[in-house]
Amino acid sequence: MSAVQEALPAVRSSRDATVRRFALTDAIFHATTRAAAILVLVLLGGVAISLFAGSWQALSTFGFSFLTSESWNPVTEKFGALAPIYGTIITSAIAILIAVPLGIGIAIFLTELCPRPLRRPIGMAVELLAGIPSIIYGIWGLFVLAPFLQTTVQPFIISVFHGIPGLNSLFAGPPYGIGLLTSAMILAIMILPFITSITKDVFDTVPSVLKESAYGIGCTTWEVTRRVVIPYTRIGIMGGVMLALGRALGETMAVTFVIGNAHRISTSLFAPATTISATIANEFTEAVGDLYTSSLVALGLILFVITFLILAIARYMLMRIDARTGA
Amino acid sequence: MSTAASLHQSRKRKNGVMMALCVIAACIGLAWLALILGALLYKGLAGVSLSVFTEMTPPPGDAGGLLNAIYGSIVMTIIGIIVGTPIGVLAGTYMAEYGRFSKLTTVVRFINDILLSAPSIIIGLFVYELMVRPMGHFSAIAGAVALAILVIPVVVRTTEDMLNLVPNALREAGTAIGAPRWVVIRSVAYRAALSGIVTGILLAIARISGETAPLLFTALNNQFWSSNLNAPMASLPVTIFQFALSPYEEWQQLAWTGALIITLTVLALSIFARSLTGRREDK
Repeated sequence: MSAVQEALPAVRSSRDATVRRFALTDAIFHATTRAAAILVLVLLGGVAISLFAGSWQALSTFGFSFLTSESWNPVTEKFGALAPIYGTIITSAIAILIAVPLGIGIAIFLTELCPRPLRRPIGMAVELLAGIPSIIYGIWGLFVLAPFLQTTVQPFIISVFHGIPGLNSLFAGPPYGIGLLTSAMILAIMILPFITSITKDVFDTVPSVLKESAYGIGCTTWEVTRRVVIPYTRIGIMGGVMLALGRALGETMAVTFVIGNAHRISTSLFAPATTISATIANEFTEAVGDLYTSSLVALGLILFVITFLILAIARYMLMRIDARTGA
Repeated sequence: MSTAASLHQSRKRKNGVMMALCVIAACIGLAWLALILGALLYKGLAGVSLSVFTEMTPPPGDAGGLLNAIYGSIVMTIIGIIVGTPIGVLAGTYMAEYGRFSKLTTVVRFINDILLSAPSIIIGLFVYELMVRPMGHFSAIAGAVALAILVIPVVVRTTEDMLNLVPNALREAGTAIGAPRWVVIRSVAYRAALSGIVTGILLAIARISGETAPLLFTALNNQFWSSNLNAPMASLPVTIFQFALSPYEEWQQLAWTGALIITLTVLALSIFARSLTGRREDK
């Protein structure tokens, strides 16, 4: 009895020490994980700040005209971003026009038509397409797609449209093979898996009761898709498209191979052009002079701002559909 | 009666047309994948030989291999993973465990998703401003840091998702026997989510092993063997980029072979990663 009482304070103090040690290590671990989470925020902030600092010289030299000038002349050191911005937007827009119908079509095929045993393999193949590095698409575009377009498709299109006003300037010029349209096609292949897999995922969120009741009153598969599935998942599809748009705008290597790197704005889709990312990739290591480098970083800043906005909207839309299915 | 029948016919016809279009879309998608892989195998296999793996990148017009580029890619990928993974896992841990309902987590998740799809060339510019410009020269370590920044969002995302799947009853059981929270996380949550976290790391390796844009102006390139982390280092993607755009046939052949090596590596990694989690879902 007394021996136990004598031992109690020692036991208590050692227990207290253990609890204190646990509390301390837990606090350290908590703080470490928190710091890592904050580091993610710091990274994005650091990207914004460093791009802004790096482009300050160009922005202060050219001011607002940097955005509106088409000239890009390393010799006279006159730089304007209009041609790369134009190329970026046109290639991405055409890519979206090609990829969205295809992607939604594949998603409908996978969710409504595909025989069950084939669903997983085909879905997986589409996702593997997303994992292929962009440089592979680039090298394929340069050596396989561009020569094919140059020798067969483009001469045909030019000969068909050359008498039609409006369209003849859209498809004008010698068939180079490389250029805006080729880049857009490569981009379309690259973003197709993103659009497909997101669309498929949001299609799967449609409650079967909704679809079954539509089938129950005699709707065809297409009517169910058009009137029930697509309206229900509209926000999710839009989010997926925006996400794909963000990818397309920032895609570098695949485009760099096939865009032709020409700093001019041309109405013809067959003309060589340039995009923001292709300009940076092609010229950054060769840029001599601070102003040249700074102008390239300024291009990067423009790309960063555009993609940040697009991706933020995309995530917001996808979050809304997540919240709905979670509720 | 006849109008109802004809309406029925036209609806069925429309359905047939639209569904046929969807099948065609799927065929186009699959054909495209087949075309790319076919061209890659056809052109790439033509140049596969032992010398690709044993010889250095050649000067123009000479035969050679890709040894220094393969070595550089492996070194920078490993450093990128070693630097990026712990940060990603810890951040994911905070979001799923300590701060599951905190405002910080919502913000970090949003920003992380944006980083996940941010253009990788922007990351290259960032590291150039952060490291290459102050140091005054291109270096392998700058390339590895750029890759690490690309690893982080992938690992954060998968770690958080996988930890969120761990049933709370497991954590409560750990807490009930008196284990402090970090012990519960380490010995219960991590162990339960291990295969998922490993999947995330494998996917991150798959992603960075093909990345070119962030290496262009951080690690640059190197014609020669170099194991100096403080000097420019060759990498497979940048070498492919340089060789494919060159007019020399030997270089273009090496570019195709390199492209085949990268693609097979990436595909193998992502199939392996998927099989890790796929097995668990089937259970």
